[in-house]
Parts: sequence; C-alpha cells; structure tokens
Amino acid sequence: MPDIGAQLWLLGPEIVLAVFAFGVILLDLVIKEKSVLAYLSIAAALFIMFTMFGRQGTAFGGMFLADGYGLFFNFIFLTSLCLSILVSLKYLPVERINFGEYYGLMLFATIGMMVMASAGDLIMVYLGLELMSLSVYVLAGFMRQSTRSNEAALKYFMLGAFASAFLLLGISFTYGLTGTTQISGVAQYIKDNGLAGNPVLAFTTILYVAAFGFKIAAVPFHMWAPDVYEGAPTPVTAFMSVGPKAAGFAVIGRVLTVALGPVSSEWTGLLIVLSILSMAVGNILAISQTNIKRMLAYSSIAHAGYALLGVIAGGPEGLASMMNYLLIYTFMNIGAFTVVTLLRTEGVKGEDLSDYEGLSKNHPLLSALMLLFMFSLTGIPPTAGFMGKFYLFVAAINAGYLWLTVIAVIMSAISAYFYLRVVMYMYMKEPGTVIPVQRSTAGRVALMFTGIAVLLIGVQPTGFIQMARSALAGFGI
Amino acid sequence: MEQLGYLQQYVPVLVLMLVALGFGLGALLVGSLVRPKRPYAEKLMPYESGNPPVGEPRYRFSVKFYIIAMLFVIFDVEAVFLYPWAVTFDKLGLYAFVEMIIFIVILLVGYVYAWRKDAFTWD
Repeated sequence: MPDIGAQLWLLGPEIVLAVFAFGVILLDLVIKEKSVLAYLSIAAALFIMFTMFGRQGTAFGGMFLADGYGLFFNFIFLTSLCLSILVSLKYLPVERINFGEYYGLMLFATIGMMVMASAGDLIMVYLGLELMSLSVYVLAGFMRQSTRSNEAALKYFMLGAFASAFLLLGISFTYGLTGTTQISGVAQYIKDNGLAGNPVLAFTTILYVAAFGFKIAAVPFHMWAPDVYEGAPTPVTAFMSVGPKAAGFAVIGRVLTVALGPVSSEWTGLLIVLSILSMAVGNILAISQTNIKRMLAYSSIAHAGYALLGVIAGGPEGLASMMNYLLIYTFMNIGAFTVVTLLRTEGVKGEDLSDYEGLSKNHPLLSALMLLFMFSLTGIPPTAGFMGKFYLFVAAINAGYLWLTVIAVIMSAISAYFYLRVVMYMYMKEPGTVIPVQRSTAGRVALMFTGIAVLLIGVQPTGFIQMARSALAGFGI
Repeated sequence: MEQLGYLQQYVPVLVLMLVALGFGLGALLVGSLVRPKRPYAEKLMPYESGNPPVGEPRYRFSVKFYIIAMLFVIFDVEAVFLYPWAVTFDKLGLYAFVEMIIFIVILLVGYVYAWRKDAFTWD
C-alpha cells in the first residue's frame, strides 16, 4: 500500500464530514435541544470549506480523484448544506418534525454528493449516488404524518430506483465493452480501439443520459420533480433542487465529457434535445402554477436546461460556465426557497401565490429580497443570474450553437412572465389578510447571505468564473 | 467459430439444467400416476403443524416485523463480510484489520442508534 496517510489526506473532507455525521446521529440520542446538532453540522461544513482547498492527486488506485473540479463542486454542496440547515432551524418545529436524524441525513447526502463529484471510477459514482439518493428519499418523506410528503418520498424512491438501474446497466455495458470501470481508462480504451459508431456504446450513452437526466430533472425525465418538490419539507426542497442537481452535473462532466469524451458527437445531440425540451417544458408549464413550490420546481427543470448548454458547448470554457452557473443558482434558488419557508408559520401554509398579495406593505425587506431572487432567476442585470446566463450563452455561441442560444434567450423571456408575476403580486396588489413571517434569526442570516451573494456576483462576476476556470486545470479535456 | 467454441464450455451447464428440470417434473408426473388418491375434508385442510387452522391466511402484519427484518439484513451482511476476512486474516494483515474495525464501528453506531430508539423492544 503506497503511503496510506497521503491518500487519506486527499479524502479528508469526506472523512471529517462522515465522522461528524455519525457524531450527530449519536449525539441526537442524548441531547434534547436539536438546534445544537444543526450548529454542529454547520460548523463541520464551514471547517471543511476552509480547509479542503489545495488537495491534488489520486487515491486508492484511481478510485478517488482530488482535483479542482471536485473541490469546486464540494464548495457548492457545502454552501447549500449550510444554507438549507439555517433555513430548517425554525421550520422543523413548526411542522412538528424537529428530529435529530434530519441533520444526520443532510450530512450523509452531502457526503454522497462529494464522493460523486470526486469519483475516478464508475463504481464510486454509483456508490456516491446511492448514498445521496437514499438520504434524500428519506428527507423528502420527513413529514411522516403528511400524505403529500409520503407521496413525494415514494414517487422519488420508485423513479430513483429505476434511474439507478439504468446507471448500473450502463456501467456493466461499459465494463463489457472496455474491460474497465475507471473513467480515464474507459476514455483511453475508446480512443485506442476506435469504438466510435459502436451500437452498444451508443446504447450505453443513452442509459447514462437517462440516469443522469433523472438526477438533474431534465425533460423527459422530470415527471417526479413537481410532485416531490411540492410534497417535501420546504428546506429539503431547497436542498435537493440544488445539491443533487449539481452532483448530477458534476458526474455528467466526469462521465460524459471525460469517459465518453472521444465519442462526444454521439451524446451532444441527445443533450441538445434534453436541453431544449427542459427549457421549453419547464418554463411553459411554470406559467400555469399557483403553488409557489410547484412553480419553482418547473423553474428548476428549466434551469437544468440552461446549465446543460455549458456541457453541450464543452471544453474548459463551457464546463466553467456550467459550474459558475450552478454556484449562482445555489444562491438564488435557496434564497427564493428561504422566503417561501419564512412564510410558513403556525397555521399558515404560505405556499400559494395569493399569499404573496401585497406582501411588500407588511414585510418590505422580505419582499425586496424576493424581488432580487426573482430578477436573478429571470436573468435581469445587475443580478448574478444574468451573469451566469451570460457566460453560458457566450460559451455556447463560441462553440457554434448560435441557434440553441437564441432558443434559450426566448425561453428566458417567457420565464419573465411567471417570475415577475410574483413581484407583481407583492408590489401591485392590495394585501388581503396579513401573512405573518417566522421570527427566525438563522433564516434571516441565510436570506442576507444569499441576497448579498446574488448582488455581489452580479456586480463583480469575474471572481467565481476565474475560480471555475482555474479549477478545471488538469481536468483532462 | 471462436464465439461458438466459447459457448460450448457451457453445454454441461445446459445439460444439468435440463436434467434437473426433467427430474423434478418426472417425479411429480410418476407420483401422480402411481399413488392412491383417497381425499377427505381433513386431508385437504391447510397444514398448520397439526392444529386446526384459525382464520384467514391473508391478514396484515405489524410494521414491527419489517424493522426486525431490516435489522436482520444489516447485521447478516456484517457477518457475511466478517467471515471471509476472518478466514484470510493472516494474509491480509494490519491494513484489512483497521478497515474491518472501522466497518464494525460504523455498524456499532447503527446498533446503538437502533437500541436507543427502542427498535429491539416489541411493545
């Protein structure tokens, strides 16, 4: 065994988080005040965030890759973990689900995502995906007295199990064709033996696209998303609209652009279809939604379509714009869900669009922030959402997909209708009944943090895109 | 032709499968032809260890059985992993020993959790 210590050092972030996750599970048995577990989880995530950078290398015979790409995605996962936990603090008691397992499951899901983003082997991809998915299935059904939540968990589980089966079938076909499950080894074999045009390889590609398309909720693998997003507890919805989606994109970046990189022309066409369908179906169906969680679910389908543009464009520029967009999406989407969560108080659901009527009269700051997030999701300057889309579209145009970019811009224009409708309800309608807001300091911290991030990236966008570009050094594309 | 030669290695397996199937079906067929048939009501009743059957066979089980089943699966798999490790312990050495300890500690956390959550008490 070559130098175990150095290999464990590369796996440090995952190991520390796993130790904390077990700690949270055990501490939950003796502690009454569950918010301690939340702060412990946030402390673990922050500690890892500040100490994880600078790791570089491969561990355990190529099973695990520590590189800038994985670390950038780890940053996205840990940010979404911290923000979702902050939002949950006051929400869980309102829903009467203040159990310590919640935080343990959140941590385990994050470990799964981190393993996915740093996987150097298809088996590791699968292991990470299962750890993430199983935790999130349970979290979706965490309101165990609510039939809606149970339905969400069951639907997610059934369809997720199907997607996992597709992925496993794809992995076994890959192994049958190339004799290896190592991501770089698969690419090498395809290149050396000229497997382009092989019908089995084309079928394998379809299986991968179906499996990952399910995780990122791209049309036509999106059927679960609206029901699951609506039924799950709102902070969990915020978490799973960002984390598992980013993890899905991280794996697409590794498996499609690296392992199947030599036959990129075979999957680019599939992704273009997925991207156009996602943008069209997501944005057009969102128009008719009156439940804000459902509306944001369709919007998250559409955003998966935008982010796919970066993968389609390919190369360091395309991937960097995709990573940058996912980071921005983390801030603006969790921000929007934080507002939705804060409206849930004792006896008031606060999920319906009509609850936002005249919100600016009673809660001016909350409404102003919601306006900011809605502008950002639409892609209006000077918000982060605009800059994220800008880099995506530039990458797509430079790669020669001008027509695809035109479609994306038209779809963004359509999306303005339902995002700005929320703003219109808040500012131009008279308030009906006064909707109370949760008195949650932690929720406000999350709101302020996401709000500042959305504005700051919108005004000063070069930092993160440079970070994403330098993270891709040595990625092998 | 090379492909066919590869498949030929499996011909004995196919023969074994056919023989096994034929033996099972043949025994049933011969039995039904030669055995005496004298059915009466008691003989046709479902067998419940000699007692007269009580109630319908299809009713709902307590959800507690599922928890027991899950616990069984977890600790059964632990034993499955422990056994080959124990057999080849002297060849694997310290590295595998430490890994096994970590594996057992992880399951121990689960055990403590299940115990404190009263998964082992029936009522």
